Amino acid sequence: MAASRDGYGQALLEMIDDKEVVVLEADLGKSTKSLHFRNARPERTISCGIGEQNMMLVAAGLASSGYTPFASTFAIFTERAFEQIRNGIARPNLAVHICGSHGGVHTGTDGSSAQSIEDLAIYRTLPNMTVMHPCDDVSATVLTKQCRNLAGPSYMRTARNKTLVLYDGREDELEIGKGVVHRAGVDVAIIACGVLVAKALEAAEILSADGIEASVVDMHTLKPLDEDLVAKLVTQCGCVVTAEDHLLIGGLGGAVAEFLVSNLPAPLERVGVNDRFGESGQAEEMLDLLAINTADIVAAATRAISRKKL
Amino acid sequence: MTHRAAAGHPGGSLSEIDILVALYSTRLRIDPKQPDLVDRDRFILSKGHASPGMYAVLAEHGFFSHKELESYRVLGGICQGHVDMKWTPGVDFSAGSLGMGLSFGIGCAHAARLDGSERTIFVMLGDGELQEGSVWEAAMAAAHHELGNLKVFVDRNRIQNDDFIDAQMRMFDVAAKWRAFGWAVKEIDGHDMEEILKGLEWMDSITDGPAVIIAHTVKGKGISYMENNPAFHGAAPSDEQLLQGLTELGVEV
Repeated sequence: MAASRDGYGQALLEMIDDKEVVVLEADLGKSTKSLHFRNARPERTISCGIGEQNMMLVAAGLASSGYTPFASTFAIFTERAFEQIRNGIARPNLAVHICGSHGGVHTGTDGSSAQSIEDLAIYRTLPNMTVMHPCDDVSATVLTKQCRNLAGPSYMRTARNKTLVLYDGREDELEIGKGVVHRAGVDVAIIACGVLVAKALEAAEILSADGIEASVVDMHTLKPLDEDLVAKLVTQCGCVVTAEDHLLIGGLGGAVAEFLVSNLPAPLERVGVNDRFGESGQAEEMLDLLAINTADIVAAATRAISRKKL
Repeated sequence: MTHRAAAGHPGGSLSEIDILVALYSTRLRIDPKQPDLVDRDRFILSKGHASPGMYAVLAEHGFFSHKELESYRVLGGICQGHVDMKWTPGVDFSAGSLGMGLSFGIGCAHAARLDGSERTIFVMLGDGELQEGSVWEAAMAAAHHELGNLKVFVDRNRIQNDDFIDAQMRMFDVAAKWRAFGWAVKEIDGHDMEEILKGLEWMDSITDGPAVIIAHTVKGKGISYMENNPAFHGAAPSDEQLLQGLTELGVEV
């Protein structure tokens, strides 16, 4: 078990000798895990205090001058600087890499103010922006390091709490913009991201015991969406379930729905937070409360398959 | 430009123009033939709506032809409504939303420091813009990081979009605010060329932290019907007004 935010910190640490990498913090480096970079390279770490709006544009100025800034804070607090990100980073297409940690209701006991459930939708709306939500620490490390090669900006949500490590020894399978098939099945395709990838794999095992074979895909990149993979899955399985620790509006489910409705209409059931805020509770309790846990994915798969048979 | 486009921001372009002329003529180390050279001084027009003033100066200094000034606010034209680094040679920042340029300048200043470069980052803020809270996040950060390569002008023309600043949101003692945030502060007459040039020398003498000049200016400077008139923050002159204005400026029409 490990938290994806630790993977982000590890990636920065692995880039300390890259002199163009600069790290920006807004008083949450201990939480987002940029502190390891700070300890190793204080001269290339810029403290912005509790000032996210300033931080995003300082990063933009650095990017315009040839540096590759990695700026992190809680996912929810990146949103405070949305317009700075929109006008100052995405619009001029500056390669600033934003990491929003503590995303989703899985964040837990801090309560609804800290549980961003809209970040992925918000950043998907911006032209030029790559949007990612890795499911474990290993993939967070690999994808963060790959950001170094992007020509434009990116947003990555990481999670506070530990989940199953799925990519140990499988680092080579990871590429920004390409979903990863973790399980092959022909009855239903479950496309998940973040902390719900492990839940989707659990759901697939439960379904398998009932004779239903599900494909399970980690769609760590929401934008650009791996449309070729989604098309292949729909053709193979005939129906789709999406699963995310995010609102039903505009996230992974929204991205897949947008693609399907215009290209390959098929039954789609979306597991996500249904138009409400979270509250304080343990991570698992939150997934249960908001009906985005393993059992909910199983139920959604059953519904999707039944619609296929209509 | 604003007359041709029948839109735009003449008032703030005229209040800033003497400072821009001084900067581009005497101080900025830039090369119109290499506008993207990394090791160049930066000029960040944070009050990016006052773009006609900057476009005129850039054209005068050879970043593009005067003919391009006709493209102001025209589809496909390089002179966008608000200054934009992706569209116009010589523009270092994509503005249009107030309260952003100082933070961007801080990033450029950090980059210069990391590069070990002597280049200087100049930022022009509007006084109405100081109402944006994000300006003060940036002001605090610049002083904290002791960015001696960051120089700011505040175009203190006392008028914002809807009305006089004193009617919209009073500023009280602007210089005292900057001092309290840890900046070196000087006040000048932003239309007195000698004071502007002395101000630039003073800025260069400040090396241990950021410096700001509060430049007292007149919105619409030089055009009688625009001067100190809130109506010309964001409105273009009519045909008759254009003729009158050009005549007042001594342009043969």
